Amino acid sequence: MTELTASGLAFSYGKRRVLRDVGFDAIAPGTLTALIGPNASGKSTLFRLIAGLHRTESGAVHLGETDLATLSSRERLKRVCFMPQFFTANAALTVFDVVMMAHKQLRGWRVSEADMLAVGQALDHAGIGHLSEAFVSELSGGQSQMVSVVQALVRNSDVYLFDEPTSALDLRHQLQVLSQIKTAMAARGTIGIVALHDLNLAARFADHLVLLGQGRVLAQGTPGDVLRSPAISETYGVDIEITSGPRKDLLVHAYAS
Amino acid sequence: MSDLTISAEAQTLVAAYKRRSMWRAALVGFAVLALATMVVVDINTGPANLSFLRTLHVILDPSVASNKENVIIWQVRLPVALMAVCVGAMLGVAGAEMQTILNNPLADPFTLGLSSAASFGAALAIVLGWSVIPRVGGLMVTVNAFVFAMGTSFLLFLFTRLRGVSPEAMILVGIAVLFTCNALLAFLQYGASEFQLAQLIFWQMGSLARASWAKVGVCAAVLVVILPYFLSRSWALTALRMGEDKAAALGINVSLLRITVLGGVSVLAAVAVSFVGAIAFVGLVGPHIARMIVGEDQRGFLPLSALCGALILSGTSIASKAITPGIVYPIGMITSLIGIPFFILLILGQRKRHWQ
Repeated sequence: MTELTASGLAFSYGKRRVLRDVGFDAIAPGTLTALIGPNASGKSTLFRLIAGLHRTESGAVHLGETDLATLSSRERLKRVCFMPQFFTANAALTVFDVVMMAHKQLRGWRVSEADMLAVGQALDHAGIGHLSEAFVSELSGGQSQMVSVVQALVRNSDVYLFDEPTSALDLRHQLQVLSQIKTAMAARGTIGIVALHDLNLAARFADHLVLLGQGRVLAQGTPGDVLRSPAISETYGVDIEITSGPRKDLLVHAYAS
Repeated sequence: MSDLTISAEAQTLVAAYKRRSMWRAALVGFAVLALATMVVVDINTGPANLSFLRTLHVILDPSVASNKENVIIWQVRLPVALMAVCVGAMLGVAGAEMQTILNNPLADPFTLGLSSAASFGAALAIVLGWSVIPRVGGLMVTVNAFVFAMGTSFLLFLFTRLRGVSPEAMILVGIAVLFTCNALLAFLQYGASEFQLAQLIFWQMGSLARASWAKVGVCAAVLVVILPYFLSRSWALTALRMGEDKAAALGINVSLLRITVLGGVSVLAAVAVSFVGAIAFVGLVGPHIARMIVGEDQRGFLPLSALCGALILSGTSIASKAITPGIVYPIGMITSLIGIPFFILLILGQRKRHWQ
């Protein structure tokens, strides 16, 4: 089992300390973890540390027995796929082009039949086949976010990090994208972490929650445990009530305190 | 995704992509043919009344040439025609990659002050007779222009070491260099004699008349080294157009890529400018035309940018001789005149808007 663990991660932008001593328990393959926390709590920064795009000041990230810091940055980013939050491109590239680019991952110059089929299949699966020949400069915010998710899912990595993959999507697509991600992680036996603002979505889809606040991990565990912990109201600065929904799902209600 | 069956929809998408790739390859092929025709027409244009087929025959089989044809075609016109092709391609490639790494549609070698620096170097040689590298004799102007253009990009490189490689910073420093060089150039012009001033202005207008086989060789060699390097970085350069974050997440060392590409672009532009003078427009518009036609997948974009640049300059070379028989106009003033109407038509007819 190649589990993902992190301990003692710390990072500052200049003098501003963003993360101090961040670690989480082993995350098992085939599961989806939601990383939650208020704005500027360091969710994106934590992703960048795991992906190796920022260098951690202390601590380490392990994938199975491998300390990720021992890998070259190319190799590390092959095993850890990071989908950044913002994506606005004004390039004259079609959706098929950009997904192909993510799929090729700088390997070789030529595009083989198998490459093309993989990309076509991924687009079709995600339900955005009709956008295939559209230019990325013409996409709406939500559409480009879905393209971004396909760009991540088309790659073969061990760990997938999605930075707010649903922030620009309507209700139906939020559910669709998250269940796609969840199904893909389970089918491939890979580790997925999604940064989310919507606690209801987190409760619905994640097997695990990690709550980040004040530069630390304040709570982690099953959605029920984390959402009922007192830390969550404190961190967000609101009163939070949990009830059960009509289909035995957890519903999160927030009230300004 | 790891599914066994390929759906019909996926097959349709693949078919559409294949069609587009074929179309792209066909366009590149067509541009190569068009360029070959242009070169022959270019050689044909001018006093001597050679027929198109006869010219083609002499080019393909030099042994059939008469003495006169040998001199006109092989010694006088072919170097000029090939110089136009090489320089056009160099400027096209330089502009394309400049726009890519700086993420700016207005970037070309001139935005970064390379051509102003080259002009200033040339002016130093013409007005003060001062050469950066001693004892180069008649090549003084060319050598000065080259050294100053390279010096500018080295300055830019030092700056990026200091402040990081953000596109905005690079463009701002480039513009600072541009104005500095223009001011220094004005100083020299103010103190120059009438004859020197005329010489300087002619140099800046650009001319292919100084072409020689040796210069064509140098240009071709530079292209042969740098173009394959750029092509080998196709995916990385394409990825850069999706934003730095995305490119970095794919494992691209963005700073390193920017700096090496900047180095390549500088050499291309410096050699081109020092041989034929400051020719604006080609490096800016060639890539834009290519982008409108095939999009920005570098595997099509880069070759077509080179070909568009070459086509523009080749066309310019023809026009410069054909406008008034017996007079060869400086190409710098013609490039814009023949290129701009075509460019504006393309912009007006373009359905998709990029860079907005």
